[in-house]
Amino acid sequence: MSHETLSTILFLVFVALTLGITFWASRNTKSAADFYAGGRSFSGLQNGLAIGGDYMSAASFLGIAGIIALSGYDGFLYSIGFLVAWLVALLLVAELMRNSGKYTMADVLAFRMSPRPVRTAAGVSTIVVSIFYLLAQMVGAGALVGLLLGVHSEAGKIWTIIAVGLLMIIYVVFGGMKGTTWVQIVKAVMLMVGAALITLLVLGKFGFNLSGLLGDAAAQSGKGDSFLNAGLKYGTAAQGTWGKIDLISLGLALVLGTAGLPHVLIRFYTVPTARDARKSVLWGIGIIGVFYLLTLVLGFGAAALVGSKTIASADKAGNTAAPLLAQKVGQDIFGDVGGTVLLAVIAAVAFATILAVVAGLTLASSSSFAHDLYAHVFKRGTATERQEVVVARVAAFVIGAVAIALSIFAQSLNVAFLVSLAFAVAASGNLPAILYSLFWKRFNTAGAVSAIYGGLVSAVVLVIFSPVVSGAPTAMFPDADFHLIPLSNPGIFSIPIGFLCGYIGTVVSKEYNASKYAEIEVRSLTGLGAEQATGH
Amino acid sequence: MTVQHDPSVYERIQAGEQFQELRRRFRSWVFPMTIAFLVWYLLYVVLSGFARGFMGTKLFGNINVALVFGVLQFVSTFLIAWAYSRHAAAKLDPIADELRGEAETRDEIGEGAK
Repeated sequence: MSHETLSTILFLVFVALTLGITFWASRNTKSAADFYAGGRSFSGLQNGLAIGGDYMSAASFLGIAGIIALSGYDGFLYSIGFLVAWLVALLLVAELMRNSGKYTMADVLAFRMSPRPVRTAAGVSTIVVSIFYLLAQMVGAGALVGLLLGVHSEAGKIWTIIAVGLLMIIYVVFGGMKGTTWVQIVKAVMLMVGAALITLLVLGKFGFNLSGLLGDAAAQSGKGDSFLNAGLKYGTAAQGTWGKIDLISLGLALVLGTAGLPHVLIRFYTVPTARDARKSVLWGIGIIGVFYLLTLVLGFGAAALVGSKTIASADKAGNTAAPLLAQKVGQDIFGDVGGTVLLAVIAAVAFATILAVVAGLTLASSSSFAHDLYAHVFKRGTATERQEVVVARVAAFVIGAVAIALSIFAQSLNVAFLVSLAFAVAASGNLPAILYSLFWKRFNTAGAVSAIYGGLVSAVVLVIFSPVVSGAPTAMFPDADFHLIPLSNPGIFSIPIGFLCGYIGTVVSKEYNASKYAEIEVRSLTGLGAEQATGH
Repeated sequence: MTVQHDPSVYERIQAGEQFQELRRRFRSWVFPMTIAFLVWYLLYVVLSGFARGFMGTKLFGNINVALVFGVLQFVSTFLIAWAYSRHAAAKLDPIADELRGEAETRDEIGEGAK
């Protein structure tokens, strides 16, 4: 049996299992709290796994391993930013949000503000961030099917994008948060087991001598000791000082973006209490941290055992480094059959990873559309729970369909930068609004709206005039050149702009409500009046 | 929709000594710690950009400063997360429970909105 056939079978098993879970979950999804928050009945460990499942995208699994395999140490910089970011969520956001919110990010932002403008801004930002992230993942799925299953035709890629899109729509429309959370849990376990297995085999080949592994990686990469230090991909000698500033800009967006990502924030509502939210982030940090340490071994292992040249010739971005490594160690240790099996397993895990992440994103954006835009902006709070859930399901279908269409249109373009743009927007617009809401007494409607739009617009505009969109061979439009700024990552400018807009917007407006601030402060710190689990 | 409570209840709790102590214990731990780990992380990123000679220094075998520094970021993240959970369980949760219990038994604030 070929590895393509085996991969497909394994992947279909995952799909069958998760569809089964989805239909089971759909029978238990009746109220709005069920659809948006899984009845708030997941345990800390379950939600911790789901946090890992939502967060460890194919970009971080295949992408980071690939960057390490081709550019060495620079890939590690990425994973450190992704991990440290969880401390912002743990210390400043998770528990307070669980205590004072209900279904979406906007519940906290609109708590003491005029609801319509704030929910409109939060809804727009949620949908924009989620669509950016979705596009990068779905276009990535189209490219992966070529690399992993040997489907290289244009039609094959398009059908893969459509299939991924349809599955994610089914998970969200029928399973809601309950179904989506279980998909994340299954995927997180598969991904951790798969990555740990390959890591053990790689380390075993080097007699658990990390120094030896690094030495071989540096030698095989053809770049020597510089392979084990920063600077082959970000802030290279050729890019000069701007390149190094770009690296810092990326680091800022990664570390501050996570706690502003809507699909991450709604995870905190799926547990019964703020204390469970704390536990779930602790589990999440443990799982994500271990996973990134595994990818370090996978990346350097791929460079050492497969060789950077072979990896680069299979895919310029190095996305096949982990699968090629799985095949190589499998072959070396268990023979040809072993290689086929391990490659198939990792390929199936990669598809499961994409599916789970896109489902989480679709849920976040459709929840925000139904709860923020439809129920509170269009209907001014008069919609029934039932109507809200119906609209959320329709929105999931529509957003899914739009994402499929955009991905098909974008599939020949280089849109990988959309992931870091999503982090930059979350850090520049959403995070200032959330932190000011929770900690600043004076904050008001004008401040919240200015922070969100100021951060969102500045990040997007800076990227439009950056070398990732035009003016470089790797740009989204390589043949055009309208770039004005030498930075690919807008964070270093857009994050201060977002915080500053929030500050200025607040002080120029006279609005201020002391009693509502007392309420959100007491509620967020004590859990008084927090939403209860519905329990099934 | 959230049930509207008499806002003066929250204002009274907020003004109370116990709540002020809870807020002080929370903020005096998380704010300095947030600044500390962000500075520690930015130091790492800035050195990765501007001090590559230092980061490339080999410590033992092929293990260099950059790798050790990176792994230390993982270690500090795990330690801070663990320390926070200890601090919260020992210093914050008891006061929060007490305040919530008091308010709920006085029946000023119901079970919270469904």
